[in-house]
Amino acid sequence: MSAMLLNKEKWPEFVGKLTGKNLWAPKLEGEAMRFAPVAAGDEISLDYGNTRVPPKGAAFPQTETMYLFQLGNIEMEEPKLEEELILLGVRPCDARAMTIIEKLFRWDFDDPYYLKRRELVTLVGLACNEPGLNCFCSSVGGAPDSTEGLDLLMYDLGDSYLLEAVTAKGEALLAETKELLTDSDAGAVKAKEQLVADAGSKIKRTVDHSGIPEGLPGLWEDPLWKRVSASCIGCGTCTYLCPTCHCFDIQDEVEGFEARRCRTWDSCMFEEYTMHTSGHNPRPTRRERTRNRINHKYNYYVDKFDVIACVGCGRCINLCPVNIDIVEILRQVKEAL
Amino acid sequence: MTAENPYIPYFATIEDSWHETGGDRCIKTFKVVFDDPAVRDSWSHKPGQCAMIGVLGEGESMISISCSPTEGKFLRFSVMKMGKVTQALHKLETGDKITVRGPYGNSFPVDDWQGKKILTIGGGIGQAPLRPIVEYVKANRDKYAGLTMIYGARSSGDLCFKGEFDEMSKCDDLSCHLTIDIEEEGWGYNVGFVPQMLLDLNPSPENTIAVTCGPPIMIRFVLENLKKLGFSDEQIYTTLENRMKCGIGKCGRCNAGGMYVCKDGPVFSYAVLKDIPEAFA
Repeated sequence: MSAMLLNKEKWPEFVGKLTGKNLWAPKLEGEAMRFAPVAAGDEISLDYGNTRVPPKGAAFPQTETMYLFQLGNIEMEEPKLEEELILLGVRPCDARAMTIIEKLFRWDFDDPYYLKRRELVTLVGLACNEPGLNCFCSSVGGAPDSTEGLDLLMYDLGDSYLLEAVTAKGEALLAETKELLTDSDAGAVKAKEQLVADAGSKIKRTVDHSGIPEGLPGLWEDPLWKRVSASCIGCGTCTYLCPTCHCFDIQDEVEGFEARRCRTWDSCMFEEYTMHTSGHNPRPTRRERTRNRINHKYNYYVDKFDVIACVGCGRCINLCPVNIDIVEILRQVKEAL
Repeated sequence: MTAENPYIPYFATIEDSWHETGGDRCIKTFKVVFDDPAVRDSWSHKPGQCAMIGVLGEGESMISISCSPTEGKFLRFSVMKMGKVTQALHKLETGDKITVRGPYGNSFPVDDWQGKKILTIGGGIGQAPLRPIVEYVKANRDKYAGLTMIYGARSSGDLCFKGEFDEMSKCDDLSCHLTIDIEEEGWGYNVGFVPQMLLDLNPSPENTIAVTCGPPIMIRFVLENLKKLGFSDEQIYTTLENRMKCGIGKCGRCNAGGMYVCKDGPVFSYAVLKDIPEAFA
């Protein structure tokens, strides 16, 4: 795969080449960074830790129409998914998360919506030079320069970006912009390696997950679940903003005779999520719901798909309104083993 | 449930429908036939499987298929009137359409059970997923060593499939034992709870498979009593239910421990079930 250099002076032109397509990149909206459509290079802010909402919505929108119909009619119309999308500036953890949830969306039954959207998305990553305070990707199989799920990875070398193609889609992007690029050289590679090593050493939070997937079943009735969920207010932020959380609800929306069946993100931290129509709830309190969330990520998913369903992005820690900290929960799990 | 999109349902028309029970939470059975003849022909399900049935504009619910494939090219669903979707279903009459996708989940391993005696122990609406076993065994009498059915409900009015039991009592290798919780005038059968009736009948575990479904509290005591009678974990089966949305292992909510009830279940042997932490939660 090729590697090329892009001088930052050429950045506006580079972005210009891509804006002919549907281009989304991190943009400051209010006080938060968010992936949003961009038309020019100066709208993009690549000086960011990470976006508040992960880019999983590119393949798994927060709400999406599954099919449209009219009441009283038996015709069902599926939305046409054909528009390509480039996501520019995706953090390696978030791209990796998309490969992790893809395993579920391919499990036995292929999920046509996720897989089609995923196929239409090109992911251009940006390696992390400055990991966030609560980042712990390197503890869960990731790295500041992980290429899993990406088509192209950019490294910020100061005056220039080093662009490394990962897939054929990434190669094609390099080919389309080749007049703006120059060949990479030994100096650039060395600078990149140094940045990655430095970034790695700046990650302060760690999880030692050895023994956790196998050990969690034995801790089912452990008092730790009551303790770690005591302050939870059940807001669902940890799951909505998690790049690997994939649970959804299906609802019908009707306006007059026009109707659609749609799916929306859901959260295992909500009481209604598991409540039976009878009122019986197999996970009646936040203790059981928190226990399920941790087990799902660190036990069930490992069992089924051989990978932890957590990429260490730190969003659930950064944005929990009552400071529940998954790294701390895992430390307590480890201690209780 | 097309090849390309498993979320797209088929249409089926209600050929017949009737009330099994009365009251606020009444149970209505729908006999439906797929509109598309190709679907009618290609559809195949096994006892214990479920289907997502729905009303466009209201939503979908996972309901166990309460007929055996041996009964014909139709499906039966016995639905208790509970929430938004089931209330909408209850308003439908013969000739109306519902949506169906599936069949989902594993099934009772009825073929592995050939040569054995089958004992079903049901309570209330829990008889719906057991009925396909009863019908399957009735249709393949020579392949099974016998069938004993224990079925109970709060009152005689709460028993489903009542018209079907008389015929069973006329056969030598089939026996049907009904029970209700509270004495009623004119009730000629047993009075008492299902788990106790199981103990009183004292069936031998020899060459027998026991299958139970009903309210969680009933299942718990039935399992306890089956153990008392000497049944091994591998001889006991049950079927679980949980809230579901997708039916195909994606939406997340129906898991009991690491098992998705929609895909890994709904049928579990007690040998598997006893190690699933949330199975009886």
